[in-house]
Amino acid sequence: MTSILIVGVGGQGTLLTSRILGSLAISMGYDVKVSEVHGMSQRGGSVTTYVRYSDERVYSPLIDEAGADIILAFEKLEACRAVKYLKIGGAIIVNTQQINPMPVITGAAVYPDNTLDLLAESGAAVYAADALSMAVSAGNAKTVNIALLGVLASHMDIEKEKWLETLKITIPARLLDINLKAFELGYGGSY
Amino acid sequence: MKFLMLGNEAVARGAYEAGVRFASAYPGTPSTEITEYISSYDEVFSEWAPNEKVAVEAALGASLAGARSMSAMKHVGLNVAADPLFTASYTGVNAGFLICVADDPGMHSSQNEQDSRHYARASKTLMLEPSDSMECLYFTTRAFELSETFDTPVLLRLTTRVSHSRSLADQGARREFKRAYKRDPQKYVMMPAMAQKRHKFVEERVLALKAFAESTDLNAVEYNDKRIGVITSGMSYNYAKDALGDKASYLKLGVVYPLPETLITDFAANVDECYVLEELDPYIEEHCRALGLNVKGKAYFTALGEYSAKLIREVILNEPPEKTAGIPGLPGRPPVMCAGCPHRAVFYALKQIPGLIVSGDIGCYTLGALQPLNMMDSCVCMGASVSMAHGMDKTGSRAVAVIGDSTFIHSGVTGLIDIVYNKGSSTVIILDNSITGMTGHQNNPANGMTIKGEPTRQVDLKKLCNAVGVDRVFTVDPFDLKGFTKLVKTELEQNEPSVIIARRPCALLKTVSFGAPYVIDKEKCVKCGMCLKIGCPAIFKAADGKSAIDSTLCAGCAYCTNLCNFDSIIKGGGQA
Repeated sequence: MTSILIVGVGGQGTLLTSRILGSLAISMGYDVKVSEVHGMSQRGGSVTTYVRYSDERVYSPLIDEAGADIILAFEKLEACRAVKYLKIGGAIIVNTQQINPMPVITGAAVYPDNTLDLLAESGAAVYAADALSMAVSAGNAKTVNIALLGVLASHMDIEKEKWLETLKITIPARLLDINLKAFELGYGGSY
Repeated sequence: MKFLMLGNEAVARGAYEAGVRFASAYPGTPSTEITEYISSYDEVFSEWAPNEKVAVEAALGASLAGARSMSAMKHVGLNVAADPLFTASYTGVNAGFLICVADDPGMHSSQNEQDSRHYARASKTLMLEPSDSMECLYFTTRAFELSETFDTPVLLRLTTRVSHSRSLADQGARREFKRAYKRDPQKYVMMPAMAQKRHKFVEERVLALKAFAESTDLNAVEYNDKRIGVITSGMSYNYAKDALGDKASYLKLGVVYPLPETLITDFAANVDECYVLEELDPYIEEHCRALGLNVKGKAYFTALGEYSAKLIREVILNEPPEKTAGIPGLPGRPPVMCAGCPHRAVFYALKQIPGLIVSGDIGCYTLGALQPLNMMDSCVCMGASVSMAHGMDKTGSRAVAVIGDSTFIHSGVTGLIDIVYNKGSSTVIILDNSITGMTGHQNNPANGMTIKGEPTRQVDLKKLCNAVGVDRVFTVDPFDLKGFTKLVKTELEQNEPSVIIARRPCALLKTVSFGAPYVIDKEKCVKCGMCLKIGCPAIFKAADGKSAIDSTLCAGCAYCTNLCNFDSIIKGGGQA
């Protein structure tokens, strides 16, 4: 069983990422469950989606605390919040983007300035990447999710060709080139 | 061939394959996508109705006319549609009639955590509950057949995690289905003489359904280790299987009303300890107790929120939870109104009026209750803002109602009629953003577009309010901070009802484009912090204490320029 937790801020494109991962797992012959979040929490709140696949039947679509093999975090603070869901020895891929939550904007709370250190102290294997810059280099900031997926792909034991095939069937044709570019930047990016 | 399908998508596919020809619904998380997916099938007439009661009645009409028909709603939507449900149970159907109801344990996007299974029992209507997308598809196709076989509406109970999870499901071909309309006033005109006969039929039908529930393949027994037995249904079955695997035996109920009493009794007799795993209310548990079975349920498991495999392992196997140290003290991230959202402007304006009570309603604008705007006093159910403001006004408090365009059509207009008819003087603000927003952008009667995006006759909100007897109706742009605030103050002083239509489209609509993001002129910013008071997610205080704008989040709406007295917020030159 492989359990991947995807966390971010509503509106960042985490849903598409989880669907792509789901399609990838199916193409490899696994049973898959993907759990999504719709409705109120999509409005700029913390969002969590779950992807689980296995060569045996997958029952629950959810990942419990200490149950994720990998956390794919679209935002630093959300990565910190999700750490308790990571298995001991698991890996966190984190986008270094900072999005201020409302309590920080109103001054009721402070955004921690050492999020990457906090993650490292938790014992996780942390792979940080500036996926936003990669997306901008690819030509559109909205491809940040695919750039981050490229980073994830570079750390997983799945052939690159499989990833590219999945992107080609899950992303609309008119957006494919720019997203493939973002994926490549994530896959080969130095960080 | 198998496809990775959302639970709601699989329900829609099942209905399509069963030959459904009519679907009517009002959007509500987590049910919305069922009807959205159905609208992609051209063989099915689909529509957004003004509310769930209308939707169920329209679908019942289609069933009587001979078309397999359906309606989908969230749990609280079934409260609105309860009136037709209870009597549709008496009339029964002609062609199959399905009502999908999606509960929201954990209240991801809801105002309460009610358990819809009680409705099946109360209305004596067959209720099925799938646990994954494959079952969503299969149970839906079966539901139409069962509806016809037993002459009953069928309820399909979903929960958020079933509706919004993707898993593999087989797709099949559509089978067309049509019955002729047959006039039968004894069955379809429910007045006392006829209804008394139909009630007798309903009681007989319950007995027939009970016999069906004992033998159907929708209920499944799986014997493994018999020291632990688990009676469960829906998503809880998945949590139980993950937690207990072969260490337990299972009675998985696909039919949750009526319950198979012999099957349950036999199962309980075959296991040493019998647990009932069900989120929300002890619905199955109480039934087991009525059968004299000593099952373990809510004494061990909560009635609050969602279950998990971890919870079940802890309670039943007494396994200490695995823990990874979390990071304490992190700032929370509640949902917020989007950058460019017109609702923000309405609440900021209301904040300028001291002592005002804001009677709120259901929609994105409920977020106006949160910091820093903090400008909502109540939110109960669809349409309640208008009627509650009337109650407050009549008893001496100064209140305004705040309600969205779609919510006003759903059940706000009846409250407005109450105000006019009973000589009230409330001020109602309709937040007309041209879309049903929170549920993910559905068209509605006030925006002039059908579910398929085709132009249609648009409800004219101003004329509607005039027609029910409100003379003072104004249409204004809430981004005009001074003008809007002044108008609200003026209308609060009137001794007659007023409606203010705050009209500005949702910033997420494709048709809305403000241009380049704004930037802060650091030379001019005096760190006064005024621009932070509107709670825009794009504006924050930078390390130098001056305001800053995140160009990736700023929509370019310029509302914040209303607040800066130093002209330090200026149009940037970045990409649009």
